[in-house]
Formats: sequence, C-alpha cells, structure tokens
Amino acid sequence: MTVGLFIPCYVDQFYPQAGIATLQLLEKLGVEVVYPPRQTCCGQPMANSGFSHLTGGCDELFVESFKAFDYVVAPSGSCVLHLKEHLHSEKYPVVAEKLRSRVFELVEFLTDILKVKDLKARFPHKVGVHQSCHGLRGLHLSQMSELVAPPFSKPEQLLHMVDGIELIKLDRADECCGFGGTFCVFEEAVSAKMGKDRVSDHMRNGAEYITGADLSCLMHMEGILRRQKSNVKVIHIAEILNQAVAE
Amino acid sequence: MAEVIDNEKHIRSGRANLPEDHSSLSSVFNEDEERVNWHDETLWFIRQKRDKAVHGIPEWEWLRDTASGIKNNVLSNLSVYLEQFEANAKANGIIVHWAADAAEHNQILHSILKRHGADRMVKSKSMLTEECHLNEYLAENGIEVIDSDLGERIVQLGKEPPSHIVLPCIHKKKEEIGDLFHQYLGTAAGESDPQVLTEAARQHLRDTFLTRRVALTGVNFAVAETGEFVVCTNEGNADMGAHLSDVHIASMGIEKLIPERKHLGVFLRLLTRSATGQPITTYSSHFKSPREGQEMHIILVDNGRSRQLGREDFRNSLKCIRCGSCMNTCPVYRRSGGHSYHAVISGPIGSILAPNLDMREYADLPFASTLCGSCSNVCPVKIDIHDQLYKWRQVLAKEGHVNKGKAAGMKAMSKVFSFPGLFSFAGKTGRWTMKYLPFIVNNKLNPWYKQREMPKPPEQSFREWYEKNRRME
Ligand code: SF4
Repeated sequence: MTVGLFIPCYVDQFYPQAGIATLQLLEKLGVEVVYPPRQTCCGQPMANSGFSHLTGGCDELFVESFKAFDYVVAPSGSCVLHLKEHLHSEKYPVVAEKLRSRVFELVEFLTDILKVKDLKARFPHKVGVHQSCHGLRGLHLSQMSELVAPPFSKPEQLLHMVDGIELIKLDRADECCGFGGTFCVFEEAVSAKMGKDRVSDHMRNGAEYITGADLSCLMHMEGILRRQKSNVKVIHIAEILNQAVAE
Repeated sequence: MAEVIDNEKHIRSGRANLPEDHSSLSSVFNEDEERVNWHDETLWFIRQKRDKAVHGIPEWEWLRDTASGIKNNVLSNLSVYLEQFEANAKANGIIVHWAADAAEHNQILHSILKRHGADRMVKSKSMLTEECHLNEYLAENGIEVIDSDLGERIVQLGKEPPSHIVLPCIHKKKEEIGDLFHQYLGTAAGESDPQVLTEAARQHLRDTFLTRRVALTGVNFAVAETGEFVVCTNEGNADMGAHLSDVHIASMGIEKLIPERKHLGVFLRLLTRSATGQPITTYSSHFKSPREGQEMHIILVDNGRSRQLGREDFRNSLKCIRCGSCMNTCPVYRRSGGHSYHAVISGPIGSILAPNLDMREYADLPFASTLCGSCSNVCPVKIDIHDQLYKWRQVLAKEGHVNKGKAAGMKAMSKVFSFPGLFSFAGKTGRWTMKYLPFIVNNKLNPWYKQREMPKPPEQSFREWYEKNRRME
C-alpha cells in the first residue's frame, strides 16, 4: 500500500513537526509514504469564503499530484472534509471522483483502514481532546453531543493506547474553538471570545496539553494560550501517537 | 490579502446606507465580556435542558427523520395542501385571505379592524407579524397593539425587536426588566423578583384581554385535512386573547402546513423538547371554527416563501418550525446576541432566510458562522443549515455582494495555490503564508493579533525537512 502524504499549506509552514510525526508514524506502521512535491492547498480557504469558483487550479494540482496513490492521508480534518465534499477536476473527472473517497484524515486512516490495535507510545501527561467541528460533524471522528446515538471517539480510541496518558473531561465536550478560516479575522471579537472560552474549559479541567486532529483549531488556541502566557501547550495527535517509549 | 486586512475598517463602507454588519455589532456586544458570559451561559443552559429531554427519547433521530420527510412532502405539494386547507377552513366557517407580501398582509388586517371599528388589538406571539412589521404599520394608522406574550411585551415596552424567536427578551437581565416595569407598569423601583414582575404583567394584561375585541394569533401548524390550526404557547395568552375576542385573526406563513392531524404527534413531540427541553407546550390549542357570534380569519402569507421554494439549494429552510434550538446551540449566536444579526429572525436559521429577502442588506449573515454544524444537528426537521450557509456564501460572492478587498485577496491566493513554483518559491518558511493567509498577515492591523499571538515560524518547513531527510521523487 502506498500512501500519498498531503501536508496542508499552513502545516507545512508552521507545524512541520506534526507533518514529520504523521510520516514517521505511518512508516512505523509499515506503510510506504510518499510526499508529492507539487502539492499546495486543498482550496478550502477560498471556498469557505464564497470563492469556490476560484479553486479550479488548486483542484487540478491536487488531482495530478495524488492520482497514482491508493490512499491520500493528511493530518488535518477540515482540509480532508473539504476534499471529500468538493474535489473536482475538468481534466480527470473520474480520477477526482475516486480520490474523494480515498482521502483520509490521519486518525480515521489509523482506526478504519489500518485498524491499529496497539501502539508503542508513552505520554505521561494530562491531555484535553479538542473535537474539531469538521472532523467531528463532517468526518464523524467522534459521536456528536447533539445526537441521540451511541458514543464513540476515534481519537480517544487511539489515545487510550498511549502509556501514561490521562484524558481530562471537558464541561462542553464539542464546542467550536471559533477559528473558522477567514471568520477569525472578519469576526474578530466573537472568534477570539470563542477561542478564549474553549481554552479556559481545558485549563479549568486541568489539561497540560490540548490535542486534536486539526491543526487550524490548535493554531487558534495556541495563539490565545501564548497571549495569556499560559503553560498549557497544543500538540497534534500524531505527535503524541508517535512519542517513542523510552527503553 | 494584506490590503483586505488594512481595509478592515472599510468593510462597513462597502455597506453604505446599510445597517452595521454582524461583525461590528457583535464586537460592540463583546465590549462587555461579563455580559457575553452571562448570555452564553443562559442559552447554553437551555441547550443542556434540550439535550436532557431528547436523550430520554430513544426514537429521537427517527422522529427528526419523519418530521423532515413530512415537510418534504408538504414542500413538494404545497399548492395542493394549501387549496385543501383553504377549502376545509372555509367549510368550517373561517374566512381565508391570501397575502402575497408583508404590505398586503398588513392591509388585509387593517381592513378587518376598520370594518369592526377597532382601534386596539391584542396579539399573541407571531414572528410573521414581526417579519411584516405589523406593529409599526398599525401604530402609523392609529391602532394600538398590545403584545400578550410576556417576553414580547417586555421588548415592546423597551421599544426593541425580539432578539430570539422563542425567547424574545433573552438578552435582558431581570434587573433591566424590573426597570422597564417600574417605568411602564408601576412596580416598585429596584424590584427584580421574577415572580413579582410576572404578576404585575399578568394584572396589566388581564385588563387588556378583557377590553380588546380583536385578537391576533400566530399559527404553529395548519392541518390541511381538517382546515384547523394549532397554536402553541406556554402562557395561555393566545387562548385568552382568542376566546375573549369577537374577531380572531390568525396570520400564518404558507409553509406552516402539515397534511394530516396525526402528524402533530410527530411535530408536537419535537417542538418544545428542542426549544426549551419541555415535553410539550403548556397549551397546544386547536382552532377549527369560530364560536357563535365570533368571526375567525386566516391570512395566508407568502412574502418571499415561494421564491425560496424555487431556490433548489435553500428550499429546505422552509421546513423550519421556529423552535429556536439552532440559536441556543450556536456558539456564535450565544456570543453575539440576537440583535447583532440585524434581521427579524436571528441566528443560524435567520442567516439563511434573510438573504432570500434582501441579498445586499443581509450579505454579511452567512459569513457570521464558523460552519461548525451544530445547528444542523439539533434542528428537529433536519434542515442542512450549515451547508446552506456555505452555499449562500458562494451565491453572494458570485453576485458581487462580498467586499472588494476580500475578493482581490482570494484571487491572489488562488493564483499562488495554482502554481507550485509560486507556492514553494514564494519565499522561505513563513514568508508566503504571512502574505497570503488572512489570519497570519504580519501587520499590526491584523485583527488576529488583537487577542492572539501569531504562530512562530519554525526553522524549516515540512517540505525543507523532507528534502533533506527523504528522497523527493
Ligand atoms: S431551523 Fe431548525 S433548529 Fe432552527 S428554529 Fe428552525 S426548526 Fe428550529
């Protein structure tokens, strides 16, 4: 199985360690991983702002970069959701259609495709899980608090395999952090207030780290935490799952 | 994109002659953080009550599916059900009127009042009459309207529009309500005990009920099969008004129909659990025919609904039963307050209904969301609210209702992302993102920076690491 690794633009630029952890983790699990050099962006920043008609170039590049792979994996839930829902191509319509069902967010790839049952990782810390909205309500990585349906959580299923980790409980299990792409600047007041409230829920409940499957939310919360000079840190779930066990 | 941010202040200038937009109104709301916390927690409490109530119903999701299916049928056969309803209502002795828009609705109502020589009217809760700006219209014509729903009466006294469709005065603290009552109803200064205030309102309204000859109610459901309509209230104020009046007028949007009476068994179970977490409204009153000597009217109002029905992507919004749960769950609504939406119906549902009425005026509303999707999950009739917000954004951008700077920024961004050369050579780590990603513009005017630190650019990007550590194909 060969996996094409998609590292979204802002992850490439600001969170390379999450990309590296994703790559190393997949390799540890015996997957052959390739990072196609001509990739750029999933197109979501434009589409969510109402400019989906400008994403054609992005989409074509994506399809050309990844058309040869069995699967595409990315450490970012919202980019994956966007691709699953909107990827299209004038040049290769059939390939684009096929790719839409083969793009996976890292967590769901681990639980649903690789069916990972145990991991050798250790992270002796108190950790709060941020359920990013697009991963939660779009990709169904966890059960949504609004629905009357049996609970489950794919990120927590994986985190429970990590030695020494303690997952904290939040007062509001799955409220949005307020990032929302361009929402974070065009609706600055409400966005920042949502971020502050989300972060304080984690702090109130004793988190040392906030983790999740979407770096855009983590980036937002990190911006707030650092402004508040808090000791709480954000960390992408791949980095926790990839923590080596000290021999 | 940088110019977008520099021009942030001018976003409003793109809205010349328009009210302030959601962003600026909600930033004013956020100046008082204590109040935002209070508003957020009050509504979150209602969301939790809703959760508790619905988790007691194992077939909840089935009920939502069923309600959505029934409404699909109604929307697909609206004209048939409307005619069936009209025929049955007439046979029951109800006088049926059709109004194409708000103005016609108001004129019809006014003519009924004139015919009866009435200069006063009591009205129970009706978002439709808010939509038609009926109170203002009647006031201009010398007719006094008293809202008999407690929350509506409070905002009426405060000369404000409702900020929530189920809880019209949810933005007001009890002390502020006490001040209003002191000023208008003569309660003691500083009195803010809810029980005392409610009693004062009750005494004042009782007099209104006894002296008004004409009563207007809204309609929650109209049954095509029987020609009757159902009005749901907790205070019994609709019944009090209607039963004591000589003339009962009911105003309803044409989408309020359900085919058969038995379908109420689905909708009444959903409505109040979603709205407030109660099993059912205290009063779910059926009105079928006028009592002897009484006159009963129904005004069927379109006001843009058939246009919305014709918009394939947005027609589902007409399924709405106005439970308000999408507002209570919305993290943006809870932290902006209903008035920031500057539309009759606020919150997520308001943001997909308002652009149908006026795209230019309400172009900001579909953007007042993170698209988190919680609204669609609580909606008892399963409206795909957040998907419609996304779709409205596409329509608004294409029709040119998006700020010009934003549009230019998006074009620049799309160009960088379309050419890998531009993308990877646009500079070393952090440089191009600083330039093109709206939230990372390295500039003091960037609204991101007001309350948040920028991400720290690392020593090398993932791409650079990969080139050194793995063979790039
Ligand atoms: S859109 Fe759905 S949740 Fe919102 S008020 Fe209407 S019925 Fe209720």
